This record gives sequence, structure tokens and C-alpha cells, in this order.
Amino acid sequence: MDVKMERKAEQTNSTQVLTMVQAINDGLKTMLEEDDTTILLGEDIGKNGGVFRATEGLQEQFGEDRVVDTPLSESGIVGTSVGLAVNGFKPVAEMQFMGFIYPAYDQIMTHVSRLRMKTMGHYSVPMVIRAPYGAGIRAPEIHSDSAEALFTHMPGIKVVCPSTPYDAKGLLIAAIEDPDPVLFMEPMRSYRAQREEVPEGKYTVEIGKGEKLQEGTDVTLIAWGAMIPVAKQAAKQVEQKEISCEILDLKTLYPLDRDLIAESVQKTGRAIIIHEAHATGGLGNDLISEINDTSFLYLRSPIERVTGFDVPVPFFALEDHYLPTPQRVLQSIEKAVHF
Amino acid sequence: MEEQFPIQKVMDDQGNITDEKTLQQIDEELVKKAYYHMKRIRLFDRKAISLQRQGRIGTYPPFEGQEASQVGSVLALGTDDWVFPTYRDHGATLTFGADMVRTFLYWNGRAEGCVPPEGKNIFPAAVPIATQIPHAVGTAWAEKRKGTQNVTLCYFGDGATSEGDFHEGLNFASVFQTPTIFFNQNNRYAISVPIEKQMHSKTIAQKGLAYDLPSVRIDGNDIFSVYFETKKAVERARNGGGPTLIEAVTWRTGAHTTADDPTKYRPEEQGKDVVNPLDRLEHFMKNYSYWYDAWIDQIEHELTEEVEAAVEAMEHFPQPDPSDLFDHVFANPPEQLSEQKQSYLELLGRG
Repeated sequence: MDVKMERKAEQTNSTQVLTMVQAINDGLKTMLEEDDTTILLGEDIGKNGGVFRATEGLQEQFGEDRVVDTPLSESGIVGTSVGLAVNGFKPVAEMQFMGFIYPAYDQIMTHVSRLRMKTMGHYSVPMVIRAPYGAGIRAPEIHSDSAEALFTHMPGIKVVCPSTPYDAKGLLIAAIEDPDPVLFMEPMRSYRAQREEVPEGKYTVEIGKGEKLQEGTDVTLIAWGAMIPVAKQAAKQVEQKEISCEILDLKTLYPLDRDLIAESVQKTGRAIIIHEAHATGGLGNDLISEINDTSFLYLRSPIERVTGFDVPVPFFALEDHYLPTPQRVLQSIEKAVHF
Repeated sequence: MEEQFPIQKVMDDQGNITDEKTLQQIDEELVKKAYYHMKRIRLFDRKAISLQRQGRIGTYPPFEGQEASQVGSVLALGTDDWVFPTYRDHGATLTFGADMVRTFLYWNGRAEGCVPPEGKNIFPAAVPIATQIPHAVGTAWAEKRKGTQNVTLCYFGDGATSEGDFHEGLNFASVFQTPTIFFNQNNRYAISVPIEKQMHSKTIAQKGLAYDLPSVRIDGNDIFSVYFETKKAVERARNGGGPTLIEAVTWRTGAHTTADDPTKYRPEEQGKDVVNPLDRLEHFMKNYSYWYDAWIDQIEHELTEEVEAAVEAMEHFPQPDPSDLFDHVFANPPEQLSEQKQSYLELLGRG
């Protein structure tokens, strides 16, 4: 069954085969063409096309005024984007790596996320912050953080994270069109790992909706971004043991698709949450609470979490030990099924 | 640096104009406007302190002593320009057209106080220090990109110049030549820390040099110096000349907030020699025959009534609605937020 291909056919006839980073580039290009108020800001995004080439060729096509090489100044990028956003523009600000978002945290926490509420809707901040995140690409320290929980905890901003090229473009366009700020997390490890058909032109993937990637009966694996391939590998490996996994790709981390989760967990009675951020204070805990609220009496085993450890994301020599692996997921599946 | 950036003034403490050219630019309309607004915000400020003392509003940060800086600078703006205040700049926002009832409401814990009147570009007061500086740059940048001649006027204190956002904001303004006026009120204390401990630099104006910004240091208690220097900066910005940094040296007469006791950290004699900006303007008006007793009495009466009416309206403003907790976080609230609202309102018996 290929739900996606059917959906694509409805929207447009022509597609291109793209990697995720190419799909992001295509999404940005689509919105720069579509809407004159869209403006990209970031470090090295212009002539250099971004350190991952996500903005390759865009400055050439749209000019220095719309694809802006900014000073090396994350708080300045986000802070000036607030000013642009309240005055008619749609800024898409790139943080070169999510680990570099911390200088901008103050702006996001104290203004981006709360300007609408504190002015009772008079001012709003329709902006997108793009942030490549995650470990597994042998990058230097601080380049590999997965800080979604800092932002899902923050009222007033949505957080999305695609796992495929198709979703990356569709979610990015939805984020740019959203009337409120959206943090758009890009799994670096998946940037070039997969190619798939991506429609040309404009389409959106709805914010707040996840997707069931694989139907199963025994246990629900809940993941997003770069952990989707890990969940898929684990599910494949337990097939031999006749354990059937259902896989959910959340896609949006705030607001969560609670119906999708409840429906699946109520069917399987077991859930494994997989994320690469640290366990304590991680989004996994909110997911457990959601399941507790909706599906407590359906559970047949305690909910398992497979996460990064409660340590700073290490230098890359140890990152493979830090990251959840199919082996660790497998162990949790066994534990849940044989509880 | 003090030689390079002397404190410029056109009016001395006795209200004598020291610069003949400036005197010719001062007309009755300007004098009356300046006095009217300074008097108005003085009455507002003193009333706010008194309301706080009586427990009728929350903690309040008085601006007495800084009236010339706030009124002089904001009077240099046009209707379509933007103001980015801090929590101590309600004198400026009131003069620019903010609603007085709502300004009282802000200090009574109400978000309604952040909503400017329709058509007035007034940002909510920044409480975190210096964070409004990049906003003012971004908004000015948007005006420039739209091809308007509108400018943004951004207020901040001396302590703010130690924050990263001050430097990031000035740098962006410099790189993109945005029409922004950075208006610093150097009242010489950031809560309890004096300027000498805040920075080793001799002036704040010199910090503009690093970003190649035209910078000027002025007597912030001299309403005319403030007005004409800001006007120059505004004209420069309107005509594509980019940003300006103005350091207005002033003095906060009272406490940092009503929760603060400045006798703990300010020597008693300090600031005694500072002539209050409203007194200085009064000297000027008497020296140059602008002091009309009847007019003074009339506006004092009118303004007192205005302030009293605003307090009355603030106190009779409809009670806050718990729905407002939930309704303005997103344009379209997520289901989980709507559920939280529903269940709480049901608990209150309002569901």
C-alpha cells in the first residue's frame, strides 16, 4: 500500500526524484516564487548556498535582498526576523546547526513565542526557524544536538520534524504559510540518505498530523526524523520472531497527533518511544502522559523509551553509542512483548 | 572619548539658550507641546507610584527625571513611524499616542496594556533587557524594503549596552543600513550598578564607532537638544542615511521600581545638582516669555482630570476573562489547548 503516491497523484502530475535536502531547497524556492514577502536569512546561505546546500542557487535566482547572508549572529537573525515578521514579511531563518540555536533561545522564548499572546493578537510572528539537528554524521561537538524538548515545552511555537523528502517539502511550505512561528527541524542524517518522488510546485503536509508508516498488531513504535529508519530496521528484525510492529511517524512534535497515537496504542496495547534526545525531560515523557490520558486501560505492558542517554551529546567517536540503535529498540520490544 | 563625544546641549540649567541658531528654531507650538507632554507624563508617573503604594496597581518603574529624553525624542517622529519602548518608557509611548487607561492597565497586570491604538505603531514594552533592539532593526529593515520613509525609534538604558542583543542589533543596522534611531537613556544606574561598573568605556556614544554609526552624546534633560538631535537622526534615516546612536545623559530621580530602595546603593548627595528637566523648561519659558499663567493652570487642571479619569477607567475596566489565557497563544489553537480551556472553564462553572 502506498498512501503517499495516491496523495501525490491528486495534487500534481509531475514529480522529481529528490533527496531531503533537495526537497527543502525546492520548498524554499517554491515559496520564494509564490510569495514576495518570503525572505530567507542565515549564515552562509547566499553565495555559499548553506553549509548543507539547502539554499543552493536561491540567492542567484532571487537576489541578495531575499536570500540574505546575515552576520554571524543567531540572536540577531531571530530578533530582526521578529521585526520583519510583525511588519509584513515571512522570514525563514536558518540556524546553521540546532546546537547553535542557543544564543537565539532568549529571543524565541521571550518574544517569538509570546508576542501574539501578550498583545492579544495585535502583533504576531509568522516566521520559520530551520534547524538541522541530530548526531550520526561525525560532526564536531555542539553540531549534533537534538533540542526539540526545549521548544515543545515553550508555549506559542509549533515544532515539526520530517523524515522523508516528500514530508520535508510539504511541511516546510505549511510552516511558511502558518500564521504562527514554527521550528522546522531537519534530520541531518537523513538529508541525503533517501531519494523519493517529490511533486513539483506547491503542496502542503498538515502540521499536527502524523502518519502510520507500517501497520502492525503487537507493538507501536513511535518516532520521528532520523529515528524513523532505526524504528523500521528494528521492526524488520523482529518480523522473524513473529512480532508485528506498527510504526508511527509523528512529523509534528507540537501539537501532537493524539488520535493517531491513541488509536494505535489501543490496538497494540504496547508502545516504544524512540528519540535521540536525552531521556529526562524529553518528549518521550509527554508521549507517555498522552498515552496515560487516552489509553491507560488498553496497555498490556509498561511503555518503553529508547532515547539518547542523560549525557551531553558526545564527541563523534562515541556518538554511535549515544544514539538509539535497532539493537536497543529490539531489546525494548522484547521486554514489552514478554512483560 | 569624552572630548570626542562631549555632552551637547543648547539650554543651560537656568533655562538660557546657549545657541542662537537653535533659539530661532524654537517656536511657541513646540514649547507648549513639550511642556504639555512633560507635565502630562509627570502627573501620570506620580499617580502610578501612588497607586502602587495603595496596592491599586502592581510594581511600577518610575521615569521621573527622564521626561525630556522621552518627550523630546518621540516628538521628533511622524505618525507612521515605530516606537520600541522598554518598561520605563511609558512617557514616550503616551506622548506618541498610547492610551493612558491601557498604560495603567499594563501595570495592573493586564495584556490589554500591550495593545496599541489602531494605526499607532507601538511595540509592547520590552522587559528582557536589549531584546527589543533587534526587533526595531528588523521592522526598520521591513520599512526600507517596502520603500517607505518610515523609521523606528528604539529606547534602551545604559545597562542594555552590555547585552549581546545591543551589539547584534547595532551591527545588523549598520550592515543593512536600516532606518533606526537607537535612543539610549543613560540614567547612570542599571538598578544598583553605576555606569562606572557597567563599562570601562567613558561614553555610550563611542560604542557606535565600532559599527560606523553616526553617534552623539547629548544632555538628556535638555528637551531642545533631545528634540533637535533626534530630529536630525530621523531625517537622516528617512533619507536613506541609515541608523544613528544617541546617548542622552539623564538621571532617574527615584527608584528603579517601587520595589527598590535606591538609598541602598546611591550616595545621598549624588544627583542633587541635577536640575529636573521640567524645572529647566519652566525657567526657559519664563526667561523667554512663554509662561502664561492662565494656560499653565488650564492644562494642569485638564491633565489632572485626564489622569484621574484614566485611573477611574482602569479600575472599572471589565474583569479579565480566563478565556484570554488560551485564546491568543496561536491563531488557531491546537485541540489540546482547547481541551485545557474547556475543562478549566467547566471547573469554574463557565463551560
